[in-house]
Amino acid sequence: MKIVVLMKDVPDLVDELEVEDGVLALEDMTFVPSEWDDQALEEALLIKEEEGADVFVAAIDTGDVDTMLYTALAKGADQAVKIVGDFSRTLTNRERAKLFADFLRTASADLVLTGVQAIDDLDGQIAGLVAGALGVVHASVVRDVHTADGQVQFIQEYSGGRMAEFSAKTPALLGVQAARKPPRYVTIAKVRQVQKSGEITEVEGNLTETPTLAVRRVYQPVAQGHAEMWGDDVDEVAENIIRLLEDKKLLRG
Amino acid sequence: MQMGKIIVLAEFAEGALADATRELLTRARDIASAAGHTVTVVAFGDQARDGVREVDADEAVIISGPTVATYHPETYERAIGEVLSDDTALVMVSNTTMGMDLGASLAARQNLPMVAYCTDLVLEDGTLVATSQVYGGKLNAEVEVPLTGAVVTVIPGSWPSDPSRRGTPAIREQAAPSPEALELRRVIEAESGQDVDITKADILVSVGRGIEDPDNLELADELAEAIGGVVSCSRPVVDAGWLPRSRQVGKSGKTVKPKVYLALGISGAPEHLQGMKDAELIIAVNNDERAPIFDVAHFGATADILDLMPALAEKLTGRAG
Repeated sequence: MKIVVLMKDVPDLVDELEVEDGVLALEDMTFVPSEWDDQALEEALLIKEEEGADVFVAAIDTGDVDTMLYTALAKGADQAVKIVGDFSRTLTNRERAKLFADFLRTASADLVLTGVQAIDDLDGQIAGLVAGALGVVHASVVRDVHTADGQVQFIQEYSGGRMAEFSAKTPALLGVQAARKPPRYVTIAKVRQVQKSGEITEVEGNLTETPTLAVRRVYQPVAQGHAEMWGDDVDEVAENIIRLLEDKKLLRG
Repeated sequence: MQMGKIIVLAEFAEGALADATRELLTRARDIASAAGHTVTVVAFGDQARDGVREVDADEAVIISGPTVATYHPETYERAIGEVLSDDTALVMVSNTTMGMDLGASLAARQNLPMVAYCTDLVLEDGTLVATSQVYGGKLNAEVEVPLTGAVVTVIPGSWPSDPSRRGTPAIREQAAPSPEALELRRVIEAESGQDVDITKADILVSVGRGIEDPDNLELADELAEAIGGVVSCSRPVVDAGWLPRSRQVGKSGKTVKPKVYLALGISGAPEHLQGMKDAELIIAVNNDERAPIFDVAHFGATADILDLMPALAEKLTGRAG
């Protein structure tokens, strides 16, 4: 079973998001792997360990994605692929999906995993966009992915805690909501070690026309309401909570 | 402008048309009336026929057959693909599992532009403008949506539905396709009976990533005991395996409306807010004063939750004693 994990990095929400002239200023931002892609990678590695598989990880060269790819190798991925070309940080998901789909057409993957979503999915989620471009069977909001007898079994979450178990023929593409276990941690020392010995395969990508959106502006929302803030004094906050519970007659005794 | 169809993909909850679908239909009619288009609702399963008989749409397409009785990504997508045509102006679907699944793939298959996570859709001088909530709710994007074929996914609860609107859509039946590559093996109903029902609690002590370590859940348990409430949580706590899924509040968990929702260390991702924003009283505590949870909370604090939980529990216990 050959599994390809599609990954991208996104601005770290721990940082302040700066907007200049209606555009998100990406230049000085720190980028981190999209947390759902990390979940997809973990699920692929668990399948490899438990059921046997070759795990490839692929990312598009929109900046410094090497660290993300080496980290994936350090975690246990077998091969890393960087889709290279003249790509900017502002690459849209439609463009990303096109590049990933072109790569996958020759990658002979049995199973493609990627995150169910990312924080910057303005023009659609990668899983659905790539699956639609390739015309392969797919499902999103997925967890508990297993492989057996050339088929893929998984759970798809509906709303309200309801779920369904599916079995898919390969090739299949799944948008992973969560891995069976939290994503593993690797030390920086191990990543550095892999950087010295590991290799990233470069594959040329060519951008062609994709549907575009006219984005008028990006802005920080002005909340219709905002909490009345109490500050950070623990005693004071506790007293305020008790007072509110008393007002609502919800305290016992 | 040539008359086109605004297509609403319907969903059902517990046998009735979902509130989120009613919201889509309300806005679809607003846009259609102003732009000179018609509204088509597409509903799945034999049970859907009654659900859409009186909705405010010009046409209802019922995809019928056993293969669409439950949501099935492959059969639903193929069926919808057969409904879309050159005169499709807009496809509207809720940002649910179905929307997350089908929105992007339909857009890609049909080569249509798409806007995800919409919280508003308004016509401005003949141009449809979508507001999309991105970056975990920290930014909005204002995007023009061409009414010549586009897909939008809408976060449920973004605007009210108008229950007074009724219609008599022309019903058209379409046979559901058979699955070719994806087999539905079984539906797993929501966990019940094995754990407390968080939807029934008056007070929820809800914890998020800020709980930091599973050992700290004991503090939440002790607070819940002292306050007379029940512990619930956001998605990351369940994904880490620290609490069962039956305790999860949000889009893929439970929707709750307690008298008091105490959100501790929860940032307030849109998926979580979807499940708790209608609580009577929301008190949020998070050390990030910019956390989106404070936009829906009535009261907020930036205290350390690991200090607050035992302090509050102690005060409550002392008070009761």
